[in-house]
Amino acid sequence: MSGTFVGMPAFPEAAHRAVRDPVLRANLRHATHTIRAKRATAVGELSDWVELREAGRRIKDHTLRHLDRYLLRLEESVTAAGGTVHWAADAAEANRIVTRLVKETGESEVVKVKSMATQEIGLNEALEAEGIRAYETDLAELIVQLGRDRPSHILVPAIHRNRGEIRDVFVREMGAWGRPAPAGLTDTPAELAEAARLHLREKFLRAKVGVSGANFMVAETGTLVVVESEGNGRMCLTLPETLISVVGIEKVVPTWRDLEVFLQTLPRSSTAERMNPYTSMWTGTTDGDGPRTFHLVLLDNGRTDTLADRVGRQALACIRCSACLNVCPVYERAGGHAYGSVYPGPIGAILSPQLRGTADEIDASLPFASSLCGACYEVCPVAIDIPEVLVHLRERVVEGGPAVRQGNRVVLKPARGHAAERAAMRAARWAFARPGTLRTGQRLAARTRRLHPRTLPGPGRAWSGTRDLPAVPAEPFRDWWQRTRGGKDGAE
Amino acid sequence: MNSRERILGRVRRALADVTPDERPYEEAVGRRYLREHGRRPVERTVELLAENLADYRAIVHRCDAGELPHLVSRLLDERGAREVLVPPGLPPQWLPAAGPERIHERAAHTPHRLDRVDSVVTGCALAIAETGTIVLDGSPDQGRRRASLIPDHHICVVRVPGQVVSSVPQALERLDPTRPSTWISGPSATSDIELDRVEGVHGPRTLEVVLLS
Ligand code: SF4
Repeated sequence: MSGTFVGMPAFPEAAHRAVRDPVLRANLRHATHTIRAKRATAVGELSDWVELREAGRRIKDHTLRHLDRYLLRLEESVTAAGGTVHWAADAAEANRIVTRLVKETGESEVVKVKSMATQEIGLNEALEAEGIRAYETDLAELIVQLGRDRPSHILVPAIHRNRGEIRDVFVREMGAWGRPAPAGLTDTPAELAEAARLHLREKFLRAKVGVSGANFMVAETGTLVVVESEGNGRMCLTLPETLISVVGIEKVVPTWRDLEVFLQTLPRSSTAERMNPYTSMWTGTTDGDGPRTFHLVLLDNGRTDTLADRVGRQALACIRCSACLNVCPVYERAGGHAYGSVYPGPIGAILSPQLRGTADEIDASLPFASSLCGACYEVCPVAIDIPEVLVHLRERVVEGGPAVRQGNRVVLKPARGHAAERAAMRAARWAFARPGTLRTGQRLAARTRRLHPRTLPGPGRAWSGTRDLPAVPAEPFRDWWQRTRGGKDGAE
Repeated sequence: MNSRERILGRVRRALADVTPDERPYEEAVGRRYLREHGRRPVERTVELLAENLADYRAIVHRCDAGELPHLVSRLLDERGAREVLVPPGLPPQWLPAAGPERIHERAAHTPHRLDRVDSVVTGCALAIAETGTIVLDGSPDQGRRRASLIPDHHICVVRVPGQVVSSVPQALERLDPTRPSTWISGPSATSDIELDRVEGVHGPRTLEVVLLS
C-alpha cells in the first residue's frame, strides 16, 4: 500500500492521542450521531430492508466465489464498448500504468474524483514524483489536500476540521494551487463552498484528463457506476477527453439488474438519503458525449490474498457505505487517523491487515481496535460479519498460521512484541467502563466461546499459567435477564 | 507471466475451496425484495414524486402543454437568464417564442462556452417517485451529459404519468445500459463542512422540475 502512513504510531498510541483531542472528539461525535440517527430513518422507510440486505450479501458472495469468471466477462464488455482494460497486481504497477497513460496524453495535470482505491495506492504522490499534479475535487478532499492532511472518514473525510480551520486553510493555500480564496472570506459553510466552487471550476473547465474510482462495475454490460453528491464526479467523468478509472477487482457485480439492490441500500446506509444527489453510469465511450478515451485499471493489491482466506474474504463485499464507522464506539472516540490506513473504522480494522498483511505493528494492532460489540454487523448493508473476521484475525496475529501473501502460501509467525496484547488490554479497559458496550460485547463473546484460549497470551501468560480462565457462559446474564423479563413486560 | 494472468491465477487458487455452483445466476441469488414499496394509484405516484423532489430541495411545478412555454418563460425571467441552452431534440413548443437567446447545444461547444450560459431546459428519460430522482440518458431532448451539468440553473420537464416509475428496480428495467446516464436527486449538495448542508458546490445550484401532464 502507499507510504502515506509510514511512521504512524500503531492504533493504541494513535488512538490514545486522538481521544485527548477535544475538537476532534466533538466533531466526530456530532458527525457519527447525526448520520446514525438519519440513517435509521432512511432505512426504516424500506419495509424490505432485510431482503435487500440478504440479496446484497448473496450477490457479493456469489461474485467473489466466481470472481475470475466475472472479471473476464467485464473485460470483454468494457472492451466491446470502446474502453481499454489494464490489470495491476500491486500499487506500484497501478501507479506506473496511470502515469504512463497520463503522459501519453501529453498533459501534466489531472482532475480527480474522490476514490479510496487511488488513495490506497498513493497515486497522487506517484504522479507528483513524475511531474504530474493531481487535483482532488471533492470539497472535503480539497480541504484535506490543501491542508496537507489525511482523510479521517470514508464519507466525510474532513470531519476532523471545523469551519474556522477550513477558512484558514483556504486563505493560506488556495493561491498556490490555482485561483486564490476571495478577499474577506468568512467561515460560513456557504461562503466556503462558494470559494471551493470558483477555485475548482477553473480546473474542471480546462482539464483534459480525469481520474476516478468506481462504486460498481457491471460484468454483463461493462457499465461503471459512480455515486456522489457534489457534482465534481460528473465534472471529472464527463468533461475531460481521457478518463482513467482505477477500481479494485472486488467492485464487479454480475448483472445490470444487481444495481437495483445496491442503489437502494448504499445511499440510505451511507448518507441516509433516499438517493444521493448524483449517480453517473457509463459504458465504454459514447460518440460526442464525454471522454473519447476510457481506461479501466483493475487493481489487485492484496485483494486476491484476502480472497484466499475463507473467513476474511467477506471483507471484499464491502460497498464502502461507512455505516459501520458511524456506529462504532471505538471509532467515535479515536477518529479515522488512528487506524493508520485509508480504510478506517471497523471495515478498516479487517480490510487493511488483510490487504497489507500483519507484519507491521499498525496492521497487527488493527484487529484489536474494536470492542466486538457487533453494532457494525447490525448496520452493514451487505451483512459482513465484521466481529467474526476480527476474532479470526486476532487469532492469526497472536498465534500465527497459514495465509497467502502476494499469491504465495506462507505461514505467519505470532506477532512480535506485545502490540496486540497492549491493544487488547486497552480495548478491554475501555469497554469495561461502558456497560452498554460491554453488554453487546458479551453477546459476541458467547458466540465465539469455542475460540477462546485457555491461557492468556503475552504478559497475561504468567497469570493464567496458574489459573483457568473463567469460561464464558452461553448467554450473558444481561441477555438472560432481558429475555426472561422481556417475556413479561414485552421489553426488548 | 503478465499481470492479467497473474491476478486471474491468484483468484483461481484462492477459490480452490469453492465448490462449483452451476445454478444459473438468477437462481443463486433469489430476490425476495419488493419491486415497489406499496401499491398506489398513478396520481398518488406522481404526488409522491413531487413530494420527494421537493424534500430534496428541487423546485417543483405542474402544468399542461398549453401552459408550459409561459411557465418556462417565467422561470427563466425570474433568474434573469440571458442565454438558455437548448438540446437538439427538445420539443420547440416547450420554449417561449420570445425570451433569452437560445444556444443550440452541440459537440463543438467548449466547457468554457457552456459556463457562460445561464440556464438549460431538458427533458428526461424517466423519474423515480420513491426516491425523488430524475434520470437523463443523453437522448436528443436532454443533450450531452455536460449540458445539464455546467449551467447553474436546470429546468427539467417530466411527462406525467408516462415517464414516472415508482422505484429503482422499475427504473433500471426501463433504462438502456449502453447509454450514459445521470441520476439526479435534488441539486448538487455537500455536507462536508461540519455536516451543514450547502447546495450547489459544483453542479447546478437550482433544479426546477416541471411535471407536464
Ligand atoms: S463493512 Fe459494511 S457497513 Fe462498513 S462500510 Fe463496508 S458495507 Fe458499509
